[in-house]
Amino acid sequence: MTNLEKYTNVFAEIFGISEKQIEKLKYQDIKQWDSVGHMTLIAKLEETFDIMMDTEDIIGLSSFEKGKEIMAKYGIEIK
Amino acid sequence: MVLKLSNFENKKAVITEDNKNITYSEILFNCDELVKHIKKRCLVLLLSSNTIGSLVGYIGFLNNNIVPLMLDSKIDNSLLQKFLYLYKPDYIYLPSEITEKFTNLKNIYSNLNYSLLKTDYNSGFELNDELALLLTTSGSTGSPKLVRQSYNNIKANTESIVEFLKINETEITITTLPMSYTYGLSVINSHLYAGATIVLTEKTLMHKEFWQQFKINGVTSFAGVPYIYEMLAKLRFFGMKLPSLKTMTQAGGKLSFELHKKFAEWAENNKKKFIVMYGQTEATARMSYLPHQRSLQKCGSIGIAIPGGKFYLADSKGNKITSDETVGELVYEGDNVSLGYAESGLDLCKADEMNKRLFTGDLAKFDKDGYYYIVGRKKRFLKIFGNRINLDETEELIRSSFSGIQCVCGGIDDLMYIFITDDSKKEKILKFIAEKTGLNQTAFRIKTIEQIPKNESGKTLYSELSKYYDKV
Repeated sequence: MTNLEKYTNVFAEIFGISEKQIEKLKYQDIKQWDSVGHMTLIAKLEETFDIMMDTEDIIGLSSFEKGKEIMAKYGIEIK
Repeated sequence: MVLKLSNFENKKAVITEDNKNITYSEILFNCDELVKHIKKRCLVLLLSSNTIGSLVGYIGFLNNNIVPLMLDSKIDNSLLQKFLYLYKPDYIYLPSEITEKFTNLKNIYSNLNYSLLKTDYNSGFELNDELALLLTTSGSTGSPKLVRQSYNNIKANTESIVEFLKINETEITITTLPMSYTYGLSVINSHLYAGATIVLTEKTLMHKEFWQQFKINGVTSFAGVPYIYEMLAKLRFFGMKLPSLKTMTQAGGKLSFELHKKFAEWAENNKKKFIVMYGQTEATARMSYLPHQRSLQKCGSIGIAIPGGKFYLADSKGNKITSDETVGELVYEGDNVSLGYAESGLDLCKADEMNKRLFTGDLAKFDKDGYYYIVGRKKRFLKIFGNRINLDETEELIRSSFSGIQCVCGGIDDLMYIFITDDSKKEKILKFIAEKTGLNQTAFRIKTIEQIPKNESGKTLYSELSKYYDKV
């Protein structure tokens, strides 16, 4: 599985939505992505890519796109 | 007048999300403008948010003998309709951006991004003279049951909170909880009563902007339910630099022993105060607090009764327990014990039914120094993100909406297990229950089991359910 597939799967699994919806998704766009959903998302991303994110990056991950940039900071290229 | 804001005139009462400062006199001016449009004492449905428009509505109504029924503005629409039908308010006061939900109602006044709509009801039900405010028991369950709070309840609890938290004019707090939630509202009441400043924000802990507002405005205190403290821990809170912060309060459910200890230790090492409290909507908001000096020594405790209140424990026969380390039902007495419940508008004329005594439904013990500890619950409910969710009511809600379904609920705080026998309904039920309760779907885990464990007489064996819980 590519990193992009893994990354997309995390969003799909946590929020229970289709891949189409995911690409443009931003924090609080859907009910599932509230502060509780956000914490679950962060935990799952950290587990999937075996990383530990900084506070700034946890609160900076405000969209599916933005998350890709943040993952890159931890040496995870989402492609 | 419950909240006498006139003492503070030009003092800053509110800082909005777009950094506008609003004084106490400006709030009062806007309250007066609003209530001019309501001729007499009546019921208003207030769809609240952490914004200035919502705050002006709440204070304006409360101080002018108009009774607000407060619900979160993001409430599920079918539940909102149920409230309207059951309580028949004369007006709806709501964010202007959602007035389109009620295109058939006349908009009679708009200000500060809030609008006042006239409903077709006129004094649908008689209101008891003492009735000041109606709140849901949990903040967001699917139940239309409300707690009836009196003017005296709010005054008594607010004065007590200001006293034990020592809130004064120099405090600056920030909203972290919904205004329609009793704990969130008590933060607002106590800070306005003391002439302090409130940063009103709809942003959450997970927004960069929240922390910017926190730092720019030099916030001195915030409040949190257990899941907020869990988030803070995951956000690496202990490494954050927040020099202005002085006080953190916690209520809305039991924090794990480990987290209580961590925050108490951090507070002590960084010269902050960490104050654990205990409360219920039925007691207006707060019933006890653990003085910050004892936060580490009495870790896991809800502390002692607030000024003006009293605790005792009752055994199964209702007798007072006098020995320490003995479990009984926690009973509270004080002027903040609400008038009682309402199941529909017919109950709004009722006088006080509680006589200042509340059987909390929580099982507790006290230690030799008189500090109380919650050890369990008499009734079947969970605390999910600070909201009390009744398990029997949830079962009933699912059964009535999915005909023929077999369903029982169990679980632990912040994680409800819903057991069903028909696997094909799993996803539908998850979506349904998240929508109805307004809670994030990660709070629910649906499990399919062969059959619901029952005894010979057909009673569900709830104690058997825990074996199906996932290992943490």
